[in-house]
Amino acid sequence: MQIGYFTERPYRYIPEEEAFRNQAFFGISNRFFDPHKGAEDYNYYLDENCYAEELGFDAVALNEHHGTPFCMGGVMNVEAAILARITSKVRIVLVGNPLPVIKNPLRMAEELAEIDMISRGRLVAGWVRGAGSEQFFNHANPAYNRELFEEAHDFIVQAWTRPGPWRYEGKHFNYLFVNPWALPLQKPHPPMWIPGVLSWETVKWCAEHRYPYIGLGTALGPTCDLWDYYADEAAKVGYEAGPENFGYIIPVFLAETEARAQELGKGYAFGAGQTAFSRPEHTLPPGYNTKDAIRRLARQPGGSWLGVSADKLRKQREGIETADPFEDARKKALAAYKSSQEQYRLIIGTPRTVLPKMKTLMQVLRPGVLVVFNVQGPVSNQDRMTSMRLFAREVMPQLREYSRQLGLVDPIQRTPGSVKLAAGAARAPVADRSPLGALGLQ
Amino acid sequence: MPEWYEDSFRTDGVEVAMVKGGGGKPLLIFHDELGYTGWMTWNERLAEERTLVIPLQPGFGRTPRLDWMRDFRDLASFYARMIRDLRLDPVDVMGFSAGGWIAAEIAAADPHLIRRMVLVAPLGIRPREGEIANFIGMTIRSHLRATVADTVNTPEFGKIYGGEMTPEVFEAFEDARAETTRLGWEPFMHSPSLPYRLRGIRLPVLLVWGNRDAVVPRGAIDGYREALEGATVAQIDGVGHRPEIENSAEFVRAVKQFLAA
Repeated sequence: MQIGYFTERPYRYIPEEEAFRNQAFFGISNRFFDPHKGAEDYNYYLDENCYAEELGFDAVALNEHHGTPFCMGGVMNVEAAILARITSKVRIVLVGNPLPVIKNPLRMAEELAEIDMISRGRLVAGWVRGAGSEQFFNHANPAYNRELFEEAHDFIVQAWTRPGPWRYEGKHFNYLFVNPWALPLQKPHPPMWIPGVLSWETVKWCAEHRYPYIGLGTALGPTCDLWDYYADEAAKVGYEAGPENFGYIIPVFLAETEARAQELGKGYAFGAGQTAFSRPEHTLPPGYNTKDAIRRLARQPGGSWLGVSADKLRKQREGIETADPFEDARKKALAAYKSSQEQYRLIIGTPRTVLPKMKTLMQVLRPGVLVVFNVQGPVSNQDRMTSMRLFAREVMPQLREYSRQLGLVDPIQRTPGSVKLAAGAARAPVADRSPLGALGLQ
Repeated sequence: MPEWYEDSFRTDGVEVAMVKGGGGKPLLIFHDELGYTGWMTWNERLAEERTLVIPLQPGFGRTPRLDWMRDFRDLASFYARMIRDLRLDPVDVMGFSAGGWIAAEIAAADPHLIRRMVLVAPLGIRPREGEIANFIGMTIRSHLRATVADTVNTPEFGKIYGGEMTPEVFEAFEDARAETTRLGWEPFMHSPSLPYRLRGIRLPVLLVWGNRDAVVPRGAIDGYREALEGATVAQIDGVGHRPEIENSAEFVRAVKQFLAA
């Protein structure tokens, strides 16, 4: 199993009231951004990734969001390029570049090829459709989101693999002269892992392309359903999905004592946390999701990521958009902090309490890639690094051992999609729901 | 009371759904970016003298979406062909908001297809002052509310949009807004070349605008007026983006007077 480290690189100096007042992180005025503090933190977060390497993580994962203090990674490839040079062992996993908003996929192909070469072949390219808010920030037509995603992806793979020069005339992109001289070191191209938040269309696309699908902290029950769907789609195209086809990113925070972990872990609920990523009108712009996807989200119990939830969709339909008073919002955020832990969507504690929960996650989801997501909110560098150290020293070794017992092969050890499945043959299970009943998460 | 009925017409291999009603000379109507709202008081009043022909825009749920269509000019070309195939030309045309933009694009492409043209709070030209509201960055509810100045005292607003939105209605609005986004996202809900393409067209044009319009500012009307020499403006005070339902009496009076000329 690949164990990775991830942080959103939060900007930690906004007053929490601003997130409540704005009812979201996206859209808070950048007058609250201080470039001096930013300078410190961009450097610190790079150092933090080096520390992850030092602690023995296999990978560091980067993401990208725009126009929000939730995540300072506005141009992830810049950080990836620096890490390519200042680290030496970790895989640099991008989760991922938002293809529909980049507008110039040829330049993206060049940037990533350079990063792959500078890192001497440690890049894992990952693609996302981008949150709804990214469509507004980058003025990318949300109604073409999926078309742009697929066309940019297909083009980049071609740009990496087909000797130039050649002409490209697509629906959304056109080039008279494709002949990039920066090409990836890894052949035929860097691996691609695809993160997602319960989009069935994306899962099907991943299964067809034999790309691992990385669940972004999604609720356990629905995630198992998606794994099954992936495996069924994989069987249709003639291969057996296994742990190498699945990854999971989960918020994990540790401290020396349970009380301290619980107190600092509240950073995940700062400003209402992920559920306040963006307001519904920015999360789901018209045409961004298919009708099927909207219907599925609306039915998803407790499904909430980046501001999308069944509750919010219902409110949007029924026209309930009134702002909560801050006190009420805080209470709700803290209640969600507690319930998310009960649902195993936030893992907080000491090594002793975190370990069994992580093992349960591994047993249920059987991921080949497991990435821990450090705390959000105004938590000090020291406390962030303590959490990393406790995880790496006192939890990670047992998880590695447990992954061997479970046979959790990762996508580096076994090429996803390489296990053939004869037509009509039964596929192996990809998730184990047996612990969910006892946890009340069926 | 004039009857209305659903009909369809096949043009370029596409079955275009439409609503028709009334009697007399045809009046071709292009609905707005939220879709056809149903037969209202203004329809009924205009249908006393005219046959209303209201095509339902491709991609809005009833008429299939056409993948080749990339902008409002493409859509206007399609509708221009429909006008020719229906042998309606030259026809009186009225368009609301995005529908006004469609009508203006048809006029720019082939003014001979149109006899007289009513543009109600039209999108399509970048306002000389102010901005077209970012209604794509609003929830459906907020978008609907932004279209009238006084939601409480506009009975027909409640009739169309009151109560709980069923999943089906929610989806219909999603379809409409998604297709509008697809066609009008960049530049946002206008064509920089439209004012130039409209210049020199000798066509009687009535621009209807409510002075409390929160979607299309007066500057857009001024832009049209500058491009379309001879266009007249009927400003209806105290109403928003939907003068036809907020003050249907005044709206119908202005439109009837213009079309009768």
